[in-house]
Amino acid sequence: MSEPSMNNSILTLVTFIPLAGALLLMFMPRRDREIRRFALAVSLVTFIASLHLPVHFLASQPGYQFEVNNQWITTPNIHYHMGADGISMWLVVLTTFLTPLCVLISWKSIGERVKEFFIILLVLETALIGVFVSLDLFLFYFFWEATLIPMALLIGMYGHGRKIYAAVKFFLYTMIASMFMLAAILWLYAKVGSFDLIVIQDAIRRGNVEHFASAAPWLFLGFFIAFAVKVPLFPFHTWLPDAHVEAPTAGSVLLAGVLLKMGTYGLLRFNLGLFPEQSRSNAWWIMILALIGIIYGALVAMVQPNMKKVIAYSSVSHLGFVVLGIFSFTQAGLDGATFVMLAHGVATGGLFMLAGILYERKHTYEISEKRGLATPMPAYAAFFLFIVLASVGLPLLNGFIGEFLVLSGAFQARAIYGILAATGVIWSAGYLLWMYQRVFFGKVTHPSNNALPDLDVRERVALAPAAALALVMGVAPLIWLHDISPAVQSALAPFGQLASKLVGR
Amino acid sequence: MNTAQMIPQGVDYIRILPEIVLSVFGIVIMLLDPLVDARRSQRGLGFLALTGSLAALAATGYQSQHAGLGFWNMVQVDAFSTFFHYLILAITAVVILTSFEYMRVQEIRAGEYYALILFGAVGMVLMSSAVELVLIFIALEISSISTYILAGFRRRAAISSESSVKYFLLGSFATAFFLYGVALMFGATGSTRIPEIAHALTAVPVPLLAFVGVALMFVGLGFKVAAAPFHVWTPDVYEGAPSPVVAFMSTAPKAAVFAVLLRIFFEANAPGRLWLIWIAAALSMTLGNIGALVQTNVKRMLAYSSIAHAGYLLVAYAVAPQDGIPAVMFYTAAYAAMNVGAFAVASHFGGSGERYVTLEDYAGLGRTSPVLAASLTIFLLSLIGIPMTGGFFAKFYVFRAAMGANLVGLTIIGLLNSAVGAYYYLRIIVAMYMKEGQREVPVSPIPPGLGVALTISLAATLYLGLLPGRVLDYASRSVAELLH
Repeated sequence: MSEPSMNNSILTLVTFIPLAGALLLMFMPRRDREIRRFALAVSLVTFIASLHLPVHFLASQPGYQFEVNNQWITTPNIHYHMGADGISMWLVVLTTFLTPLCVLISWKSIGERVKEFFIILLVLETALIGVFVSLDLFLFYFFWEATLIPMALLIGMYGHGRKIYAAVKFFLYTMIASMFMLAAILWLYAKVGSFDLIVIQDAIRRGNVEHFASAAPWLFLGFFIAFAVKVPLFPFHTWLPDAHVEAPTAGSVLLAGVLLKMGTYGLLRFNLGLFPEQSRSNAWWIMILALIGIIYGALVAMVQPNMKKVIAYSSVSHLGFVVLGIFSFTQAGLDGATFVMLAHGVATGGLFMLAGILYERKHTYEISEKRGLATPMPAYAAFFLFIVLASVGLPLLNGFIGEFLVLSGAFQARAIYGILAATGVIWSAGYLLWMYQRVFFGKVTHPSNNALPDLDVRERVALAPAAALALVMGVAPLIWLHDISPAVQSALAPFGQLASKLVGR
Repeated sequence: MNTAQMIPQGVDYIRILPEIVLSVFGIVIMLLDPLVDARRSQRGLGFLALTGSLAALAATGYQSQHAGLGFWNMVQVDAFSTFFHYLILAITAVVILTSFEYMRVQEIRAGEYYALILFGAVGMVLMSSAVELVLIFIALEISSISTYILAGFRRRAAISSESSVKYFLLGSFATAFFLYGVALMFGATGSTRIPEIAHALTAVPVPLLAFVGVALMFVGLGFKVAAAPFHVWTPDVYEGAPSPVVAFMSTAPKAAVFAVLLRIFFEANAPGRLWLIWIAAALSMTLGNIGALVQTNVKRMLAYSSIAHAGYLLVAYAVAPQDGIPAVMFYTAAYAAMNVGAFAVASHFGGSGERYVTLEDYAGLGRTSPVLAASLTIFLLSLIGIPMTGGFFAKFYVFRAAMGANLVGLTIIGLLNSAVGAYYYLRIIVAMYMKEGQREVPVSPIPPGLGVALTISLAATLYLGLLPGRVLDYASRSVAELLH
C-alpha cells in the first residue's frame, strides 16, 4: 500500500484490528493454548501497526495527522472523524504496548473462561484506542461508553474478593458521570449542528454559538465531572481502590495504564480545547483538588496493608500531578502532564504486573504476609526495585522527567502549588520504598515463602519491555517530547490569546 | 351520498390488505383448530400463523405502492403507516416463532392462541393507518381484547388468570376514558377525522373542551403504553402473562398506540401537549426505574423497565414534530427488537410452568448456556443504552431532540434515569456471569424456531446500533407526508 493511503487508513486499522481479532476468537474452538497464542499475535500485530504512527508523524506539521473523515450517519450529522496529534498518538501506542503485556501476564492466571477473557480484553483495546483518536464528539462518546462494559466484565468475572461490588461501583460511577457529558455534547450539537470537535471549536471561537456565554460554565462542568471521575480526581476517587484491588492483573494494568488517562486526556482535549475561558476561571479550585489528590493519595497509600491498594492510591497521587500540570496552562506543565501520563502507564502497569505475579504464587496482596522475598526471588526483587525507582521519579528513569516538568509548570503558575506538589514526590518515594523494604528485605518470616519460585521466562518477557521502556523514556525523553510539544502549543494557543486579551485591557 | 359511493372501490381493499390477510389466516386457524389432533396441531397451526404474518408483511409491501386514503377517508396508507405495519408484523412473526417451543413446553392448546395473536395484530396495524377517531377506537378494542385473553393463557396458573382479569378491568376502564375524549373532541371540533380536527384546532382560541378531550384521550392511551401515572397494572400483568405474550404486548400494541399518539398530538395538532407529556414522561422514567431497582423477578423487572422506556419515548412527544416523530419511530423499532429478544430468552429459560424467573435462577447462565447468556446480555446492554446497540441511538435521538427543543430539565432527568436504569439491567448480567447458580437450573438446547427469533432480534438490535441512518432517514421522510 502506498504511503499516503496507508496514512489515511492507519488509525482505522489500529483501532479495529483488536476487534477483528476478538470476532475471530469467538469462532475459535475452546482450546486455551491456541486462544492465548492467537490473542498475543493479534495484540502484537496491533502494536506493530501502531508504530506506523510515530514513524510517520511529522512533528513540524500543526494540527491532526492521519485524519479520516467520513459521514457515518446523516441525521444527525455524525462523522467517522479520526485523527491524532502528538498527545493522542503516544497514548495510542501506550495502549497497544500494554495490551500484549497484559496477554502475557494473564497466560496462566486466567484458567477459566479463557476465550471470553481474551475477547473482552481485545474489545477493550479497540474501545480505548477509539477514545484517543476520535475527533467527533459523538464518536468519542461512543468509544468512551464502550470501554465501560469490557472493563466491568473483566473486574466482575475474573476478579477476586468483592469483585461484583467493585464492578458495579465502577460501572455506575462512570456511567452516571458521563451522562452529564452527554447532556453537554447534546447541547453543543443542538446549537452548532455538528459533533465535529474542530467545527465546534471554530464556532465557539468565532462566537457563533447562541447563548454560549450563559451555558458555558455548565457545559464545562458537564465535561469536567465525566473526566474527573475517570481520572479520578479527589473526591471522586473512591471507586478506584475497589476496582483495582478486585480486578485481575490485566484489568489493573489497563485500568491504571490507560483508562485513567482517558480522563486526563479528556480534560486536556475537551475542557481546555472547547472552554478556554472557563478552564482559566475554574483552574484555581481544580488545582487545589489536584494538590489534595497528590498529598492525600500519598498519605493514604502509606498506610495500606494491601500491595495493590498502595499502587492504586499512588495512582491517585500521580494523576493529581497530571491534572495540576494541565491546569497550570504552561508549556512545561502540559508537556510534563502528558509525559507523566505515558510514564505512569508504563511504570504503574509494571507495578501491577509485579503484584499480580506475586499473587499468582501467594494468593494474597497483604504486605505483612511477605518479608525477605529478595532471598527466594532475586530476579523478581530486581525488577521490582527498578520499576519502583522509575515510579518514584529517580532521575534517568521515566518518572522523573514528567514530574519535574509539571512541578516547574506549577511553579510558573503559582509558587505555592509547586512547593506543595513537590512534597508529593517525597511522599511517593516514602510509601513505595517503604513497601519495597517490607516485602523484600529482612529475614523470611513465613517459611513457605522460601519455596517461592523466581520469575519464569514468560514473566521476564512480560516485564522486560516495561522496564526497558522506563529506562529509554528517562534517558531520551525528547523522542516523546518532540512530538508532544507542538500539540501542547496548539492546545495552549487560545490561552496565549486570552492572556494577551487580558493584558491588552 | 348515493349507493355507488357506499360501495368500496377495489383500491380501498388494498389499503386494508394486511388486515384482511391477517383476519383470513386467523379465521382459518380457528376453523382448523377443532379438526386437527390437539397434540399435533401445535406445529402446523403455528406455521400457518407464521405464514399469515409473513403474507401480511408481503401485503404491506404491495400496499405501500398504493398510498392514499381509503374507506371513506378513514384509513390512510402512507410511509408512516407502512413503517408501523412492517414493525408490528415483524414483531408478530418473531413472537410466533418464539411461541412454538413455549406452547409445547407449557402444554397449551395452540389454535386459539395463534388466532388471537393474528387478530390482535389486525387491530394494531389498523390503529397505525386509521385517521378517524372512532375507527381508532375500534382498532384499539380489537387489539386490546385479544391481549386481555392472551394474558390469561396459562390457564392452569392462578397468577395468569389474575393477570388477565386485572388487565381486562383496568383496560376497559381506560378505553372508556379514551371514548370520552373522542366524544369531547367531536364536541369541540365537530369532527372525528384527524385532518379536520387539525384544521378546526388552528382556530384561536382553542376551545377548552378540546383540552379536556386531549387529556382524556391521553389517559386512555397512556394506560395502553404503561405510562405513569397509569402504569400500576403493568408489573402484575407482565408477571402473570405467558412470556411470549409479554414480548408481544409490551412491543406491538405499544408501537401501535404510540403511532396513534403521534397522529393525535402532532398531526391533529392537539393543544396542551407540552405539560401533559412533560409530567407523564418524567414520572414514567422515574417511577419505572425506581420500581425496577428492587425487583428480583426478571419479568417484573422488565415490566418496570417498560414503564421507564415508555417515559423516554414520551419525551420525544414534547418536541417539534420533525424531530420528535422520527425519534419515536426509531425508538419503537429499537425497543421492539431488544424487548422481544429479552423476553424470548426469558420464555425459553423459564421452562415448564415458567418456574425459573428470578435473578437467582439466572445465576451461572453464562456458564451453562453461553449463547443464551450472550444474547440476553446484548439485549440488556441495548436496554441500558450502550453504544453499538439500537437502544443507544434510540435514547440518543430522543434526548438530542429534547435538547434541541431546549428541554434541558427533562433531558437531564432522562439521562440520569438511564444511568440509574443501568443498575438493574446490570444485576441480571452480573448474575449470569459473575455468580454461581445455587441450584440446578436445567437449560434445554435452543430449538430452531427460537434460534431464528433470537437471530432476528439480535441482528435488528445491532443493525440499529451500527447503521441507524437508514431507518431514521425513512422515518424522517415519512414525517413530511404526515404533516403535509
